[in-house]
Amino acid sequence: MANSKAKLITLEEGGFALFLVLLAFACLIVAGKTYDQVMAFHTSFGALCAAAGAFVIFKNYFADGGEPIPQEIDGKPNYNMGPVKFGSVAAMFWGIAGFTVGLIIALQLAWPALNFDLPWTNFGRLRPLHTSAVIFAFGGNVLLATSMYVVQRTSRARMPGQILPWFVILGYNAFIVIAGTGYLLGATQGKEYAEPEWYADLWLTIVWVAYLMLFLGTLWKRKEPHIYVANWFYLAFIVTIAMLHLVNNATIPVSVFGTKSYIAWAGVQDAMVQWWYGHNAVGFFLTAGFLAIMYYFVPKRAERPVYSYRLSIVHFWALIFIYIWAGPHHLHYTALPQWASTLGATFSIILWMPSWGGMINGLMTLSGAWDKLRTDPVLRMMVVSVAFYGMSTFEGPLMSLRSVNSLSHYTDWTIGHVHSGALGWVGYISFGALYCLIPWLWNKKSLYSLKLVNWHFWLSTMGIVLYICAMWVSGIMQGLMWRAYDKMGFLEYSFIETVDAMFPFYVIRALGGALFVLGALIMAYNLWMTVRHGEAEVAERQSGGALAPAE
Amino acid sequence: MNETYTSLAAFAQTWGLLYFVLMFALVVAYVAWPNNRKQFEDAAQIPFRED
Amino acid sequence: MSAWNKHEVFEKNSMILLVGILVMVAIGGLVEIVPLFYLKSTIEKVTGMRPYTPLELAGRNIYIREGCYLCHSQMIRPMRDELERYGHYSLAAESMYDHPFQWGSKRTGPDLARVGGKYSDEWHRDHLVDPRAVVPESIMPGYPFLLEAKVETRGIADHLKANVIVGVPYTDAMVENAAADMAAQANPDSDGVDAFLERYPNALVRDFDGNPKAVTEMDALVAYLQMLGTLVDFSIYDNKADLR
Repeated sequence: MANSKAKLITLEEGGFALFLVLLAFACLIVAGKTYDQVMAFHTSFGALCAAAGAFVIFKNYFADGGEPIPQEIDGKPNYNMGPVKFGSVAAMFWGIAGFTVGLIIALQLAWPALNFDLPWTNFGRLRPLHTSAVIFAFGGNVLLATSMYVVQRTSRARMPGQILPWFVILGYNAFIVIAGTGYLLGATQGKEYAEPEWYADLWLTIVWVAYLMLFLGTLWKRKEPHIYVANWFYLAFIVTIAMLHLVNNATIPVSVFGTKSYIAWAGVQDAMVQWWYGHNAVGFFLTAGFLAIMYYFVPKRAERPVYSYRLSIVHFWALIFIYIWAGPHHLHYTALPQWASTLGATFSIILWMPSWGGMINGLMTLSGAWDKLRTDPVLRMMVVSVAFYGMSTFEGPLMSLRSVNSLSHYTDWTIGHVHSGALGWVGYISFGALYCLIPWLWNKKSLYSLKLVNWHFWLSTMGIVLYICAMWVSGIMQGLMWRAYDKMGFLEYSFIETVDAMFPFYVIRALGGALFVLGALIMAYNLWMTVRHGEAEVAERQSGGALAPAE
Repeated sequence: MNETYTSLAAFAQTWGLLYFVLMFALVVAYVAWPNNRKQFEDAAQIPFRED
Repeated sequence: MSAWNKHEVFEKNSMILLVGILVMVAIGGLVEIVPLFYLKSTIEKVTGMRPYTPLELAGRNIYIREGCYLCHSQMIRPMRDELERYGHYSLAAESMYDHPFQWGSKRTGPDLARVGGKYSDEWHRDHLVDPRAVVPESIMPGYPFLLEAKVETRGIADHLKANVIVGVPYTDAMVENAAADMAAQANPDSDGVDAFLERYPNALVRDFDGNPKAVTEMDALVAYLQMLGTLVDFSIYDNKADLR
């Protein structure tokens, strides 16, 4: 390597350093001029992170003398697993934080004194914290970590760049911190699942574009001629979330020195855009992304290829095309024109087919290896997750029917439905993936304890069942009570009577949530012990022999 | 405005529907085509090619 | 470098995949969203609708800040029980100045689309400070801090300006006098009331929080709640003239 070349800072390092320095200064200027305390806090935090990032870039440059990291060692790809490790740990951390906040707000609904009548602890500010922490912080970190792992492995190539992967994972987590603290301090757009204010949205856009480039860049470097189907799902997730995010967060800030902004869309148009976004956050963040995990980790763990690769291709195109239409079923009987909500419901029914196609594909991957369910609790967790996926994708189309929706809408039934998908499907497939990933990443033979995985599985399954059943009963009951008439033809119940009747179910729900949190704590302990005390894997993987030539 | 909407809706409900049914048929034909079988079976093995 | 040529083809493939995904996911949104900007039932104007006064707008922002929309809907569906419980079903036009919309998705508490005028200011104040003092079975959090917090008047004109950009028809006079209008609406004895009422006919001018010394966040929030659903006069509203 020529000496003069080694001394030169790379374009990537220089570009990121310059960007971060400029960002730090911009943040400092805003922090100095604003009278909005939340903005001052967030820009100070931003300046600190950006400055620290620039510092680390320079430090690393001087430490390694600008020597590039080899793409391959001994003819094998030199995978970049640092950011994947960070993402896995962050996922576990945010998961426990998000589940715990969920438990707190469940308890608040049963015992309102737990709101403490303070601004920072009331239900209205904690609920977005819960939803964002579990969807975007826990789910997001799982998706980032697994996608970086899977795309490298199935492309048999190292992710491009030295800074870029770290920028993506750290930048994303900085977004989480800004969004979460913002809710507690009262900075919110007031759109469900899209609460972060304009500056957080802007930052996420930058990180997301970097993520897309990172993902595509790895695909471009791949040595495998075919792009594995899991990567299709990841790509659909990345691209569609970018589109949804940009349209649903088109806001005009009141001033660059303040947190508040006003959304470009008004009233009925905003409602349509919001639920087009909201339902596809479910469809592409919580479904497509996690289906990618299913298509890699289930075959990997079961040690047999996916049941039908052909079905997975049909599954992919049908799912992404149909899902995007389903949003307006959230707006039955509202001021949205009926044709739109009917169209949404129609596609929701059609959606049943690709959803179950995917479920069958995941479950049947185990055909001939069903005995593994008895011995491997991790695989069992993933299979139950796919079963929950089947269940909630059956319940969903049912609830999108106009007549069912007239009863279920505005009630806890919706909350129960969301959680059967979130706890059962997204939670379990993520747990399964993390239980696989952690030993692989830290080069351990196996998990610290399969027995603890078993405990985690049974405790959280009980939790989910309690949760869903409580919400079915309370939801349907409340819906029926609202529309009940007495003999004289008057409404039978006042609203507050229907609230009062919910109490026992809210207690059961909180109990279910507590079991789920307990399971996650056991998991964190198990993973911690795996990393610290697990038996190291002897270099068995490297005995595979020479690298097959790239076709 | 309403006429535009009605005519567009009529178009979508006939030709649009036909177009998507055809697209779907094409995708199914592509994956079911016997000659493509080997390619898909090979792709399904990708996760197991470890380095 | 024979592999190089192949790589180029693969690069193209990943981009083809990306474009394919974008086309597939763009169609549904376009078909469902774009017509809403043209159809009569979604863009028609209804007599009585006006932009929020500066105080109501500030109250609305507090409503959003505290996450009220997570437990209260503002969308009455055309069903017998809802019409009897809450009033006339909600029209698209009634949220035409709402950036963002606040229809909600959950009724842990009752719908608020027509809560305006149903209760007294005192009731709202007591209820917001300690819900269980008024409704013993309530599970709503208390918001006593609203009484203490002075509402932010700095930059309220900028809020109106941002609303003008997104299409709310505030006049120049409304923007210019935003801070004064805010103070006037919460203080019936002040000089600015006449000018305020000229700009916002039929707006409520009251000391909503019962504390004449300061314009608090309680003033703003109660002013907002008390106007919800009151703008359209349904005794003269002709629903035949209105496509739904």
